[in-house]
Amino acid sequence: MLEDDTKRAAHRALVDRILTGDGRAAAEQRARAFNDESLVPPVSTLISKITRTPVRVSEADLAVTGCTEDEVFELVICAAVGHSTRLYEAGLAALAEAVSEEAPGHAS
Amino acid sequence: MHLDILNHGYRPGTKLMFALVRLFSGQPLPDAAKLTFYRSDFYGNPAKEFTHEALRGPSDWSVGDRELMAAYVSKLNQSAFCVGAHTATASLAYQDGERVAAILDDLESAAIDEPLRATLRMLGKLIRNGRVDADDLREVLAAGVSPQQVKDALAVCAAFNTTSRLADAFGFELLTPKGYEAGAKYLLKRGYR
Repeated sequence: MLEDDTKRAAHRALVDRILTGDGRAAAEQRARAFNDESLVPPVSTLISKITRTPVRVSEADLAVTGCTEDEVFELVICAAVGHSTRLYEAGLAALAEAVSEEAPGHAS
Repeated sequence: MHLDILNHGYRPGTKLMFALVRLFSGQPLPDAAKLTFYRSDFYGNPAKEFTHEALRGPSDWSVGDRELMAAYVSKLNQSAFCVGAHTATASLAYQDGERVAAILDDLESAAIDEPLRATLRMLGKLIRNGRVDADDLREVLAAGVSPQQVKDALAVCAAFNTTSRLADAFGFELLTPKGYEAGAKYLLKRGYR
């Protein structure tokens, strides 16, 4: 089992803030953007671009009908941090498995 | 930037600070820094804390190694702003721009320590595929990388996967070579807080 560290703790603080702290977008909508799931157009279209092809995001993509700029600001951040969180956790999980199997006494 | 609030939505004191930076440094504050001042309690403050911890906190990787990881992640995400910023910072940290350029051009043929090459290779797979498995991590560990170093590299990857996606989503303006150089000096002196 790998111990937590200060970098991981600082990352958790960022995730906690954007998901559970005050925001202009509803917390439920922020969570959906973070997880890139259960979204409907046009928000889903924007969030997919953030998580899959960010280089192609245009000014027009950010003009989401029904959302203020502050809401778009928050949802874009939640999408980017959410995508990064999934990568971080996937890497840590693979490391934990690799370390666990290398540990003395591991029964394979 | 694409959102009007990120161009004009700052408090008067913050706008004054932006103007003073431009006046005294001769360079505009980069959009990556401006972003962290917009409603800084939401994203800027916790993001700066995490990024500083990942890039400047205790680690067996050097600052140059971690800036190189940031540039590499940014390159895979095709983020021109972040590639420019962190290529300049890694080059300054190593005092060897040719080495940084060679690694970013072709990781497999570049002259680089094997532990760092194996780590960048693993980060590349993680960015491209969205996942890595235990075998990928065993290869990194077998190259001489400690588990803590892997965790530190994954933190850098998380920080710059976020920043590079935001750079392209919000449309960060590219800097001149002089602007990237000034930014690199600042980041090496002051870090990300």
